[in-house]
Amino acid sequence: MSKALTPALAVTSRTIIHRRRDLPIAGEVLVTEGDVVIGSQVVARAQLDGELRLVRVAELLGIPASDLPGALRVREGDAVQEGSLLAEIRGLWGFFRSTVISPIAGTIELISTATGHIGVRAPSTPLDLSAYIGGRVVSVVPHRSVAIEAESTFVQGIFGVGGERLGRLRMLAVPATTQLTELHIPDVAEGEVLVGGHSPTSAALAKAVKAGAVGCITGSIDDRALRDYVGYDIGVALTGDESVSMTLIITEGFGSLPMSERVLATLGAINGEVVSINGATQVRAGAQRPEIIGPMCETAHREDGRERSLSVGARIRVIRVPYFGVVGTINDLPHELVRIETGASVRVLRATLDDGRQVTVPRANVELV
Amino acid sequence: MKTNPQDLKTVLVTDCGSTTTKALLFERREDRWHQTFRGEAPTTVEEPTADVTIGAVNAFTEVQELSGRAIVKEGESPFVVTEGNPSQGIDLYLSTSSAGGGLQMLVAGVVRNITTESAERAALGAGAIVMESVSADDGREDYERIEKIRHIKPDIVLVTGGVDGGATSHVVEMAEILVAASPRPRFGDTLKLPVIYAGNAEAAEEVAQILSKKAQVVVVPNVRPTLERENLGPAREAIHEFFLSHVMSHSPGYGKLMSWSPVAIMPTPAAVGDIVQMYAKQTGQNVLCVDIGGATTDVFSVFVDRAGVHSFNRTVSANLGMSYSVANVLVEAGVGNIARWLPFDLSETELRDRLRNKMIRPTSIPQTVEDLWLEQAVCREALRLSLDHHRSLAIGLEGKREKGIADVFKQSSERYELVDLMRLDVAIGSGGVLSHAPSRMQAALMLVEGFGLQGVTQLAVDSIFMMPHLGVLASVHPQAAQEVFENDCLIYLGPSVVPVYPAKRQAQGELATVFLNETRIGSVVAGAVTTLATPSSGSGVIRVVPSHGFVDVGAGPGKPFEREVTLGECGVVCDGRNRPFVLPEPRAASQRTVFANLGLLQEGAYV
Repeated sequence: MSKALTPALAVTSRTIIHRRRDLPIAGEVLVTEGDVVIGSQVVARAQLDGELRLVRVAELLGIPASDLPGALRVREGDAVQEGSLLAEIRGLWGFFRSTVISPIAGTIELISTATGHIGVRAPSTPLDLSAYIGGRVVSVVPHRSVAIEAESTFVQGIFGVGGERLGRLRMLAVPATTQLTELHIPDVAEGEVLVGGHSPTSAALAKAVKAGAVGCITGSIDDRALRDYVGYDIGVALTGDESVSMTLIITEGFGSLPMSERVLATLGAINGEVVSINGATQVRAGAQRPEIIGPMCETAHREDGRERSLSVGARIRVIRVPYFGVVGTINDLPHELVRIETGASVRVLRATLDDGRQVTVPRANVELV
Repeated sequence: MKTNPQDLKTVLVTDCGSTTTKALLFERREDRWHQTFRGEAPTTVEEPTADVTIGAVNAFTEVQELSGRAIVKEGESPFVVTEGNPSQGIDLYLSTSSAGGGLQMLVAGVVRNITTESAERAALGAGAIVMESVSADDGREDYERIEKIRHIKPDIVLVTGGVDGGATSHVVEMAEILVAASPRPRFGDTLKLPVIYAGNAEAAEEVAQILSKKAQVVVVPNVRPTLERENLGPAREAIHEFFLSHVMSHSPGYGKLMSWSPVAIMPTPAAVGDIVQMYAKQTGQNVLCVDIGGATTDVFSVFVDRAGVHSFNRTVSANLGMSYSVANVLVEAGVGNIARWLPFDLSETELRDRLRNKMIRPTSIPQTVEDLWLEQAVCREALRLSLDHHRSLAIGLEGKREKGIADVFKQSSERYELVDLMRLDVAIGSGGVLSHAPSRMQAALMLVEGFGLQGVTQLAVDSIFMMPHLGVLASVHPQAAQEVFENDCLIYLGPSVVPVYPAKRQAQGELATVFLNETRIGSVVAGAVTTLATPSSGSGVIRVVPSHGFVDVGAGPGKPFEREVTLGECGVVCDGRNRPFVLPEPRAASQRTVFANLGLLQEGAYV
């Protein structure tokens, strides 16, 4: 029998985090099983093929493709420099010399007598893969991947932009219920991950970037501020590749929502520590949420890994209007379908919100906090 | 397992979707086929389980529990097969799949609106998502094409170019570009990428020789043997074969799943396309079918072309959907276009933030009526945008053969749009927002407004999205699939009547009179949206008589239109707003009137 899962973002001061680091193509793994690594350490390396530039030699020389062999001054496999002679022809009595030179440095990979093209492959470029999180190497797939494990603080956001970054976490002196403005952003935040407030203004984000911050974690964001920050409207929740110098992670949603007390307390416990963050979000199947990974908090209880489920007394947050963002406690989980205002019959729960209201909410519209 | 239609009485079919695996039981009872029980479970193609069969067995088990029929057992094949006792077991198991992002393809051609477009139609018709199209005339430099291609990981590549007997150099160049880019397959990076060549036959040998350096190449007949003719069948078959041998067999657990059925697994959209085509051909109707999902919207159409042939087209709008892609509808349509369908005022900030929150929490559902209407407004725009996309690709070909490749670029007059809403007989809506709308009238209005329907159109929704299941069932037992499609799958809502007239005319008052079985049941009034009561089931002959010589209801200006229709609970939905829509200001008030006339406003709301 299938079971319904209630979404709940992980917020814990002590859990085992396992991250596999994959090379996009076969390469060299630089660590061995059992090694202890830090987040910035390069653990694997590969050589990415350079671009292949097609040069329309026959066309440039004004000769049929089949005449290309007679004009060639290079062979497949030859190394060439930018400006090296690739082919030439001479007109009547050796005058009117026409030449074609290589537009880039590289290696001759393709000579086609069917089309008269020459392909020059640019040199490969090295790709260094970092550990991303500090921990112990628990497995290695030769030429391919490294798995690293660590007991860590782990907090998932709901949405983010920007990719992996490492930085020192800095709790800002701003209450969770206050909008984050440029007044709250320090003038210098080189290599820091700033945490605090909600719905940052565009000016606040710009100042954080200017101050050198590599990350900003806040409760929520206004759609317009997000558009200002990335420079365009994001259509699909598939992020992480944005061209931004500071990764932005929101923990609650869009609009003006304060960061939950639990997230605030968990991050506050590792203030000043180096954290690994990633804004990449993929809401489709195989969902990926943005994450903040830091050293575990010694005093915290280790999470037992069991799935939490809806139960009477559980704390929830409503994730849809008319009670969007409000936190409460479950009073009842009726089995029967209940007809709601829209006319749909759905499974619901009854809860007491923290502001005292007694409400009935579709189960699909809550998450555990 | 049995595959002879005469021997079949109980068939279990799954559709393994990206998020949910849906199992349906089909049974023959008293000489008629019915869909009887349904079970579903989360799809398990992703880590940590990474085995599609786990989710499938969970779904089978739910069907077993609900039906009381023994279906699942331990062993190599998980099924109890019917033997002797017809109340236990199944006769046949079938499946479709779109898990893991479906079938993803790259297509390459020479001329964008000729061979590349034919390649896209072949790929889409085979159930694929076209990740990227490259053409020799797409305005990009070679290095830009190479750069684009090398960063995508398609399942299959389809290369076309040139008509048979035409120039070969362009398509050979395209093959070189592909080799230069050397795209890697999505699955099994030690395998060679599957490439299908379906271009100019005279270039086949040379192209295959070039491509075989980097790919596993199959050559099939040209998708565009002449300018005025397409031949998509062989390319589609090759795609299907590669889909099974290279995509399915390398997806987690699919090897086992395939061994459970004597019939090949079909890509989900291909199965839907098959059932839509079968329905259109058997009923002789022009059909438009939309499946609006969380991430994508598929549009299928079958229209009789100018040569009298049923022409099938499918398009997929990969980023138009109701949950994961809801914010992309916002981006593509704009706030104003979504807000115009709302019967209440909502600030731009609130509208944007609500849709963004739906995007990041896609499984949440509307609790308030206003929130429901906002989602339905998004649906209208997703329908509009996906139909625009579909119309641009559903093209008929006609005309004389030109002499050379240079003339190819002058062929625009040979192409015509196949989708003509005035000739559309049936519009079918599928997907949660349409199939599960709390009121059928809401679904009818979404179809009428989203598609901008014109003339007289039969409206229907798919009851529980069983079209993929019926498509694969049709491959074994067409009659069973047809029976279930008409009896259990389609829910007829009733017809819509939308008279149209030239924009320069200022029509007022009655636009047309509507008769059902020769009895006048009402009229369509300019600017008004109303419903005319009819029996909620059965069929009848609807006759619509224009009130002015310039008003067209489907038979031409001023001419009466008549056809048989299936009746439904929405009666006859009459829309007196001309097309394209120019909604009166203030828009919220005008939409309130529309909603009120159709009984969609709760008593006292917005008074």
